[in-house]
Amino acid sequence: MRALAVVLAAAWVLTGLGGVAAAGPGALDLESVARRLAAPATQKGALGELAASSDPAVERLLRALKDGALYVWKGRLVILGDDAGLTDVAGRPLLDAQGQPAQLGSGQEAVALDESHFGVVQRILERFEVLGKDPAKRQSAAFKLGTSGDPSAIPVLARAIEGETNRDVRAALEDALAKLRLRAPDPADRLGAVKQLGRRASEAAVPQLQALLAEETDPAVRAAARTALQDIDRFVAQRNIVGYLFNGISLAAVLLIMSLGLAVTFGLMGIINMAHGEMLMLGSYTAYVVQEIFAARFPAYADSYFFVALPLAFLVAGLVGFALEWGVIRFLYGRPLETLIVTWGVGMILQQGARLYFGDQTSVNSPTWFRGGVEVLTGLIFPWSRIFIVGLALVALGALWLLLYRSYAGLNVRAVMQNRAMAACLGVSTRRVDAVTFALGTALAGVAGCALALIGTVDPEVGKTYIVDSFMVVVLGGVGKLVGTVVAAVCIGLSNKLIEPAIGGTAAAVYAKVAVLVIVIWFLQWRPTGLFAQRGRAATETA
Amino acid sequence: MTAPVRPWDRELVRVGLFGAVFAVGLPTANGLGFVSDYYLNLFGKYLALAILALGMDLIWGYTGILSLGQAIFFGIGAYSIGMHMMLESSGKGVYGEPVPDFMIWNQVYALPLFWKPYTSAVFAIGSSLLLPALLATVIGVLTFRRRLRGTYFAILTQAIAFAVWLMLNRNEMKLGGTNGLTDFKSVLGFSLSSPGTLRALYVVTAAVLVGALLLAQAIVRSKTGLVLEAIRDNERRLEFLGYDTAGFKIFVFAVSAALAGLAGLLYAPQVGIITPSQVGVLPSLEIVIWVAFGGRGTLWGALVGAISVNWLRSVLTGTYPRLWPIILGGLFMAVILLFPAGLIGLAVRAKALVARRGRAVAPAAVAASGVNRHTA
Repeated sequence: MRALAVVLAAAWVLTGLGGVAAAGPGALDLESVARRLAAPATQKGALGELAASSDPAVERLLRALKDGALYVWKGRLVILGDDAGLTDVAGRPLLDAQGQPAQLGSGQEAVALDESHFGVVQRILERFEVLGKDPAKRQSAAFKLGTSGDPSAIPVLARAIEGETNRDVRAALEDALAKLRLRAPDPADRLGAVKQLGRRASEAAVPQLQALLAEETDPAVRAAARTALQDIDRFVAQRNIVGYLFNGISLAAVLLIMSLGLAVTFGLMGIINMAHGEMLMLGSYTAYVVQEIFAARFPAYADSYFFVALPLAFLVAGLVGFALEWGVIRFLYGRPLETLIVTWGVGMILQQGARLYFGDQTSVNSPTWFRGGVEVLTGLIFPWSRIFIVGLALVALGALWLLLYRSYAGLNVRAVMQNRAMAACLGVSTRRVDAVTFALGTALAGVAGCALALIGTVDPEVGKTYIVDSFMVVVLGGVGKLVGTVVAAVCIGLSNKLIEPAIGGTAAAVYAKVAVLVIVIWFLQWRPTGLFAQRGRAATETA
Repeated sequence: MTAPVRPWDRELVRVGLFGAVFAVGLPTANGLGFVSDYYLNLFGKYLALAILALGMDLIWGYTGILSLGQAIFFGIGAYSIGMHMMLESSGKGVYGEPVPDFMIWNQVYALPLFWKPYTSAVFAIGSSLLLPALLATVIGVLTFRRRLRGTYFAILTQAIAFAVWLMLNRNEMKLGGTNGLTDFKSVLGFSLSSPGTLRALYVVTAAVLVGALLLAQAIVRSKTGLVLEAIRDNERRLEFLGYDTAGFKIFVFAVSAALAGLAGLLYAPQVGIITPSQVGVLPSLEIVIWVAFGGRGTLWGALVGAISVNWLRSVLTGTYPRLWPIILGGLFMAVILLFPAGLIGLAVRAKALVARRGRAVAPAAVAASGVNRHTA
């Protein structure tokens, strides 16, 4: 059985290679093949001959055959184009005796394609997609050919590689070619293919390599296949770790933007704002509303909605925060537990309000230039939207740091936080500082929400997903220091995403959260005031 | 801050009156046909939740510690008895298997090890009381002993409640996932479909509530109760005076947890279902609101709050289900901002107003009686 397969494969490859060699003009007599194609008795044989060809003219011919556009005209085979003009099989337009474009006689029937050969034609045509115009289609066609295990596709692939300029597509083509060459009769050929796949650490080739290992008799090829599989395994493991780290960083970025706001309101002011999650929700819905408005009013600029949504989310959440501070929070300074209860109530109202107005789930489309990502390693893509969020977190952090530590307003804020009475005596308007600081914190949550809308659906519960984690960040980081918040956000983000795959299974995310909570509680046993605690009386009094 | 030590007899009269109305009066009225079985059962539920509120009042109202883990303890109690009731009716399910039906849906055919002891009623009842107390002690040691207090404690218990809620929702926990435990057939051998059993459960709940009230009274009127209030008002000063405040805090946390477990134990058979949605952060905060609504720092306030808010809930979720979260949220804000002393506080002020009208003298002491004072 195996011997037969090898012989067959050899036959395919030989004809295939012949096809490559014969790709030059005139080598494959299209006209005569086409003639045989037109006769039902020889159609099958002709198709077999065409199967291994890589000549683009073959594609035209077969497509015409399939679409019923192949005709016999004055003893020649002609193709009826979409513009009703006739061309010969090589694609040259045909003229009649008067030099006018030739016309078919009426009532003429197209060359029939036998139904039993339809699949073969279809397969050959698909093969030509690797020569097509759309790189994405070329890439997926290359992958399909690679897994087809059909060596007759080798010539087409070889030809495609020659002309390919797109790096990704070229890599896919080379992979596909190597995969097909795994079945080559010559052990040296197979060895080369195995080594190439191993070197490229091509994960998609694992099934083929394993199949090869099961059947291979040549010891050198066997050894090479084993090494290649190990290399691929190692690469995949490393790539997964890089992936987990990136996921962790991207979660950390979200937590950081959220917690920066909390660090300001809770850390510096001693307010537990449970409605912080709903401020995030407001940011998300702002993005949604702006997107809808753009889609309805300015469809031409639909992609730029995000530039409007981001600052608007900052403003909306900031204004709501300002109103919240003015209407509610200012009566509760010095009573943190009561701020918790009241703001939870505010959160419930906002959440239910959003549910009644917007419904349970709405989604925001990323602007088109945010789709896709950077392929960092083969098969590992960092989406632009997540990279953007990491960048946004860094920008927010930098801005907040400058504001708090390098501006006059920040000096006032820190003065009020450290000693309210003394700051007031020195003429700082503590009321205004309180209101602005609180609004700043909620505005940051709005920005976080707007960014989050890019990577998830927008629903009324979005805030609840992050609020508990964000508070853990603030508690772990310690009160009153930005650096603590940053370190804690990174720790919690990373440990969540590293523990998750270690546990595995569908509930991994839940158990990872529980594990992180246990770790945080354990850590607080050791350092009850968090990683970076502010020292002094003010700190102990806020805790 | 000296608590006015009232004579026990006056308080006992009140408790007796309360017991007479709820433990004797209401069931009698039901027997005579004045109160329907439905309302008796509804009140049974409220009274069970009132026990929960008593525990919350002890730790939050009196000691000033905001525990957002009370719903977990309630859940432990409810799940404990729930597991026992499931096992009591095992083999009578749709599939006739020796494990509860929901396990069959999750392809579990042998009873998980941790379910086995719950075949014993004594174990189930014991676990619904002691397990919460034990868990509270552990959490208390891990936090209070390390001086994690105030906001940190609230945030940590909230995170724990969130984590427990997340886990309970998973089918792998073998506790029914999001559906929870339900479809109970009988409790301690008495069929739950007979009105007699429900009536008996009501009477037991009312009697236990009276007992819990007396226990709570005993605690808050003891020297320990005085220390608890001192912790609320100025813990630092108390520490300087040489008190081990952590020990007192752990004690009151454990007692409140046991009361919550007791409430769960009485709640589940009467309501017939316990799901993770009753074990989480929001349910914990709701308990806070009952206490605040009734009047924190007063045991009667906790009772009044639990019964009135839950009654309100029954009425409003029926007529305006979509508005209920907004109403509840508004209640959260209004209670803290507008009448922090709760219904009891309003009653005291109204009484003072009436007294002032009558005597034309302003009793400043009563008007000033705010959050921190005994008003019961």
